[in-house]
Amino acid sequence: MTQTDFPTTASPDGGAHSGHHGERKFRDYFTFNPDHKVIGLQYLVTSFVFYILGGVLATAIRTELATPASDFVSPDTYNGLLTLHGTIMIFLWIVPAGAGLANYLIPLMIGAKDMAFPKLNALAFWMIPPGGLMLIASFFLETPKAGWTSYPPLSLVSGQVGEGIWIMSILVLGTSSILGAINFVVTILKMRIPTMPMNKMPLFCWAMLATAALILVGTPVLAGALILLAFDLFAGTAFFNPSGGGNPVVYQHMFWFYSHPAVYIMVLPLFGTISEVLPVHARKPIFGYQAIAYSSLAISFLGLIVWAHHMFTSGTPAWLRMFFMIATMVIAVPTGIKIFGWLATVWGGKISLNSAMLFGLGFIAVFVIGGISGVMLASVPFDIHVHDTYFVVAHMHYVLFGGSVFGIYAGIYHWYPKMTGRMMNEPLGRIHFVLTFIGMNLTFLPMHELGLLGMNRRVAMYDPRFADLNVLCTAGSYLLAISTLPFLFNAIWSVFKGKPAGDNPWRALTMEWQTTSPPAIENFEGVPVLKTGPYDYGLERNGSQPGLASSDTPALSGGSPT
Amino acid sequence: MQGSTINSADAALGYESAATAGHEEHPDLRIFGLICFFFAEAMIFAGLFLAYVTFRAVAPVWPPEGTPERELLLPGINTIILISSSFVIHNAEGAIKKNDVNGLKLWFGLTALMGAIFLAGQLYEYNHLEFGLKTNLYASTFYVLTGFHGLHVFFGLLLILAVLWRSRKPGHYSSEHHFGVEAAELYWHFVDVIWIILFVLLYLL
Repeated sequence: MTQTDFPTTASPDGGAHSGHHGERKFRDYFTFNPDHKVIGLQYLVTSFVFYILGGVLATAIRTELATPASDFVSPDTYNGLLTLHGTIMIFLWIVPAGAGLANYLIPLMIGAKDMAFPKLNALAFWMIPPGGLMLIASFFLETPKAGWTSYPPLSLVSGQVGEGIWIMSILVLGTSSILGAINFVVTILKMRIPTMPMNKMPLFCWAMLATAALILVGTPVLAGALILLAFDLFAGTAFFNPSGGGNPVVYQHMFWFYSHPAVYIMVLPLFGTISEVLPVHARKPIFGYQAIAYSSLAISFLGLIVWAHHMFTSGTPAWLRMFFMIATMVIAVPTGIKIFGWLATVWGGKISLNSAMLFGLGFIAVFVIGGISGVMLASVPFDIHVHDTYFVVAHMHYVLFGGSVFGIYAGIYHWYPKMTGRMMNEPLGRIHFVLTFIGMNLTFLPMHELGLLGMNRRVAMYDPRFADLNVLCTAGSYLLAISTLPFLFNAIWSVFKGKPAGDNPWRALTMEWQTTSPPAIENFEGVPVLKTGPYDYGLERNGSQPGLASSDTPALSGGSPT
Repeated sequence: MQGSTINSADAALGYESAATAGHEEHPDLRIFGLICFFFAEAMIFAGLFLAYVTFRAVAPVWPPEGTPERELLLPGINTIILISSSFVIHNAEGAIKKNDVNGLKLWFGLTALMGAIFLAGQLYEYNHLEFGLKTNLYASTFYVLTGFHGLHVFFGLLLILAVLWRSRKPGHYSSEHHFGVEAAELYWHFVDVIWIILFVLLYLL
């Protein structure tokens, strides 16, 4: 292997030499292709299709809730909508979208040619469409009605066929997630170029390492719970059925042992994304690299020992509740470290408020709100007060919509030029951000109030005194649905008509920008060499900088605060 | 498992696999991936074990009243056979490292035989137990846990037979290239360790 320099980039003719060899054909994206870049895009596009589907279900739910009576859909259908919305958004949108970004980026970021096990990677992706189709099929055959948590004994009486297909589909999607995680762990730990030690790795890789660890620990336990649940459903056992001597709380423990860490499985990749987006668009080195890297690991460890805070009202003994309450509150510390690190990174930087940066900053704003309501919910007395009310719904959507969806959008706006070789349209992106930001707050902010007033979640009918705020939420949800349209148009239009991006339009320093856009099939010519840290913006460097034409250097140093 | 076929399939797809290059640089890549996989598998068992422990801890009497006594002789013999098979299969790696394919066949064949005896013993036990899957919570966990483990033994057996089948071709496994042998062997040890925990948990405690 020869050690070659980075290919020179930022040529004046834009993307003229981008990807002329190794260009992918359109039909490659519909095949079992082991190239991590193809797989990454397959993940992203597939999960976005499911996002739209989950969003349509959400709009239907909000339409039902626009009036206090149950008049839009039947209560049974409502339960089905609720179940499908939760399941799709979690298992078919946020988790695979994070995996999609990671699949595309990690080999590029660490200078590898591909993931450690390319075919296993393709297999992991190709489990998603059948898993998703099974879930949709369950809706039409016999809708599962027990919510995405599928608590027994409710799930045992809600219908064998629908519930059974639901279980099967989660097992398929979970297996896909585990296979992906094995690949990430091995790739990140073993496939880095020799010049990249762990402490020079981009923070996105650290975040994915922590995520993959969580998947390997948590997801199998959910599989165990679902296997037992399937026996209860089909073989007449009574593991979780109190009428047969079983114990439904054991299911809750096993379920939340996965599903609490799952919120970090969903949000950690986006923490990593934000750590990549902010320094580039603020032209400043990341503040507290090590603290942010290790806080990912701390979050994944703490995330594994706090599951029972979902069960404060399930008859958990008081001493145990104390432990879970304190452990949950402690998670705010590593999360706070990250947030202050990001704020300090942006502070005094030369910020360009493009779409990626707007979503990055929006991410911080809404995630902090979700984080604070999370600390509130961690305290047992408050949790008992608002348990199963819309306060929980508000918290969860601030974290998962605010955290995950804003993060995914930030990542897509940031890496779109790398993936396609073309820029996205900026004005459209800003319109998208403004609509999304307003829509999201309009939808979910009033839910805090609704919860404190005592409106129950999971039911189609409610007391008419909650009607006004609900109209507000429903209006917000329509705005949120509409806000997706400029993005959708932008993403599709820009593939064909977007401005050629060149190889490194943001003049970023991480490794993925040091190759052509879109990258050639083997990513790099030879083995690239790490010449500078990923976030060394505005630092003195001798000689030319990797990936930067010399004319770009003054603009780069201009970001230096000192 | 996946590495040995990677070249031909990737060539068919017109794709020069980067992982092949990766494997040359890091020979332990696939073993590491395998260990991650075992870890995930172990977590399924850990979840099921902890569910059993919780059922047991919460129940007033354990096993629930009316559960017939379990016979220890047959499962005890079965356990000894399975544990010894781990020592038997261990010799196979030593043999293939000396390019002794006949030794590999001998040790893998013996292990396959012992595994088959274990499975037969388990089925015999199932047929003669005086409780069924639905009798009570103990019986349900007993069958699901031992059955799930038995399924893993079965897959291990298939893996061993696959290696045996491939070792017919001279030079398929050598002192340099024997990932398949190593994978099957590691898997077998893994299944063995799980059984020891299972045996202590379900029969002895």
